[in-house]
Order: sequence, then structure tokens, then C-alpha cells
Amino acid sequence: MSSIGRLAFLVSLFLCFLVLFSPGASAQENPYIVAYDHYLEEPGNLEIEYFSTFGTQRGGNDFHAFWTEFEYGATAWWTTEFYLDGQTTFGDSTIFTGFRWENRFRLLRQEHFINPVLYVEYEHTSGADKILKEVEGHDMESDYLEPNAILRKEHDQEMELKLLLSGTHMGWNFVENTIATKNLSNVPWEFGYALGASRPLALKASAKRCSFCRQNFIAGVEMYGGLGDRYSFGLNNTSHYLAPVVAWNLPSDWTLRLSGGFGLNDQSHRFLLRWGVSREVPGFGSMVNRLFGGHK
Amino acid sequence: MKTLSLPLALAAALLALSVALAQSQKPESASTTPAASYDPAIYAELGKAPEKARNRTNPLQNDPDAVAAGALLFEQHCAECHGDVAEGTRKGPSLLVPEVQNAPPGAIFWLLTNGVVRKKMPVWSKLPEPQRWQLVRYIKSLGGPATPAESSSPKP
Repeated sequence: MSSIGRLAFLVSLFLCFLVLFSPGASAQENPYIVAYDHYLEEPGNLEIEYFSTFGTQRGGNDFHAFWTEFEYGATAWWTTEFYLDGQTTFGDSTIFTGFRWENRFRLLRQEHFINPVLYVEYEHTSGADKILKEVEGHDMESDYLEPNAILRKEHDQEMELKLLLSGTHMGWNFVENTIATKNLSNVPWEFGYALGASRPLALKASAKRCSFCRQNFIAGVEMYGGLGDRYSFGLNNTSHYLAPVVAWNLPSDWTLRLSGGFGLNDQSHRFLLRWGVSREVPGFGSMVNRLFGGHK
Repeated sequence: MKTLSLPLALAAALLALSVALAQSQKPESASTTPAASYDPAIYAELGKAPEKARNRTNPLQNDPDAVAAGALLFEQHCAECHGDVAEGTRKGPSLLVPEVQNAPPGAIFWLLTNGVVRKKMPVWSKLPEPQRWQLVRYIKSLGGPATPAESSSPKP
């Protein structure tokens, strides 16, 4: 394991400890794994998330990609996130594949029919990164055919911009994300999209504390794919996925997500099985502040 | 080590910046007791609710389970900032004061829906509309300011 892998492991271990032994804050999380809605993290709270993606690979070995997210509500209008990515390609190896730093800014103060959020991300990943957190440009299944030893030699530094549009009406949440990515080397702008819709199975809360109440489950569907690049914009040689998604918001403050994604054309992986688990640590900012002698 | 230093530096800078920013905002109340946290300016946002929103009636006004369900929702989503019985904390103001208790249900619903983003109150439209009305029922059921004896008594 590389030094950065060891560091990631230690940081994750510390934060898992923090999550297990801190009081939680029950979240009402939407089930999307790729698409984003306009809801930001509550100020001062830290949400720790782990996600897995199992993907099939025609002509090569299937893979299991995974990432950990540390999502912090800096203010009610700014959420910042740090990601650590890795993957196992069966019959090949397990490697750390990079990190991402993401920021989301709420653009309007009040709630509107459509609510825009600006998303800015810097990512430093290797060519072996397979988490498929977004699909853009001419991303295709065949890009992942090479063994890890070759793919990891390719280093990508990218700036990613997204305009997240989202609205909630009659219990339904609808999202549309437009993606524009610029590799900081001499590669043209690439584009992509993500769409989603979801709804809790019940809109009223139960008067009793329960794990299996319908309001704890939110089901929906998301669709995402690439739109080519600056010189060849469109659907030609792009991959697209349709994925039913479900989230289970447990009263014990954990959220579980599950998604089965189906490739919609020959350039897509046939199947992506994703799942994730997350927990919110309330008052993390205050905790850190007290640690360094801030107000009691 | 070179590949390690960049993410480390970024992560440290990110953590420091975001914690500093979260902490630098002026707390909305200075104490955990309603009497000490009373500051009419904090509640001015309620008065900004448009007439149409203020005039909305609570569709769950006669729902016998609404208060109990609202209490659970409050515990899950609101108590962290507003205190276990809405008495107010350093992070959020008391909801037992007359400004809240005498406010029309529609105004409280409007504030829940829109939040007060620049004052750290999140947007709660992610809760479905019936759940926001259940919260309004619970908040209104709390009645009014606690007496000093009540507010200083230990919580169960």
C-alpha cells in the first residue's frame, strides 16, 4: 500500500471512530448517487459517506470501485467535500486512484420553483479511477480495459463545473445537472449530464419511532451520461446509464443507498451495482473549534 | 511524498477554512435559556413572510397525530440547534417566545421552507410539505415562554 493509501486508511479509521461514538443527526437524504439536488449540508455538520460501485467489464475483468466522502457544511450556502477514491480490478490489483475536492454554492437565498447551485470541483486522479461518479465527454467502457499497472501511470488533473438545478413539488424532487469538465492539460472541454427524480414513499411522518415506516424510504431514478466534447458535442461515442435508486433513512441516523445502473448503449458498462452508507456528525465544526481552544 | 503533500495541504486548508467560516458567524443566541436569548431582531424574518404564505392554514390542524409526529421530527432535525424542547441554544434561538408562538402557522411554515440561509438556518423544503406542517403543529403546541424555574430544571 502506498503512503497516501496508508494515510487515507488512518484518516478513514479515525473518522469511522468519530462516527460510531458521536451522537448523530437524522438526515433526510435523497437517494441519488450521481445526481445532485440543491440541498446542502447543515452548517457545522460533517457527513461521512462510503460508496461502492461494482461494474461489469466486457473484454476484461469486472471491478469494484469505492470512495469515501467527507462532506462539511461550512455555511448554509456553502458545502465542501473531500473524496478519496480507490478500486479493485478482479484478477489484477487494488489501488488508490486519487482525490477530489468539491464545493457547492447555493446561489439564491430563498426557495424557488427551480433552485440553482453552482458546483466547482478539483480532481487529481489516475487513469485507473473507476468510481464513475460522473460520466462526461466520450467516457466509454473500453477506456477501462487496460490493466491497473498501465492505467495508473496516467494522471488527470481536472476542474469540473456543474450547474445543479433542483426543485421539490408535491413531495417529488426533480434534478438536472449540467457538467463541464476541463482537463488541466491540453484536452478540450468535455460535457455531461445527470437527471433524477425521487419521492418519499410516504409524505407524512409517523407518530411513532420506526425503522420501516414508509417515510424513511425514498425511491427514484437517475440517468446520466456524456455529451461529447467541445469539438464533437453530442451523443456519438458516449455512454449513458439509467439507474433506479432507493435510500433508507434510519432513525439511528444512518442512511443506506442502493442503486442498480443499466448501460443504455454499447459504449456503456452493462451493469453497475452501487451502494452507500453515510452518517452525519452534528456540530463537528464546534467540536474542532473547542479542540483548538475556541468558545465553550 | 510529493503526491501526499498536495492532498494533505488541501485537506488541512479546507478544514481550517470551513471551520473558521462556520465559527465566525455570529451566534443567534448567547445562552441556553429563553429569557437570556431573547432578541427581537432574530425573529424579524418571520415578519418577512408574504401575505399569501402567512394566510395559509395548517391542513393538519385537526390531525390527532400531528403533534406527536412533529415532536419526533423536531428531535431529529431541529433540536440540535434549537434545544431539546425548543428553549434555544447558542446555535439557534428559542422558539418558545411570543414572536414564534403568536406567529401565524403559515409564517412558520414559510420560514421552515425557505430557511434564513445567511443566518445559518438551513432550507427545510427537503422535508415533504406534510412533515413541515407537522413540525409547525408541534412548535405551536409548545405554548409559550417557560418560567425561569422550568427552564433551569434538568432535562430527563
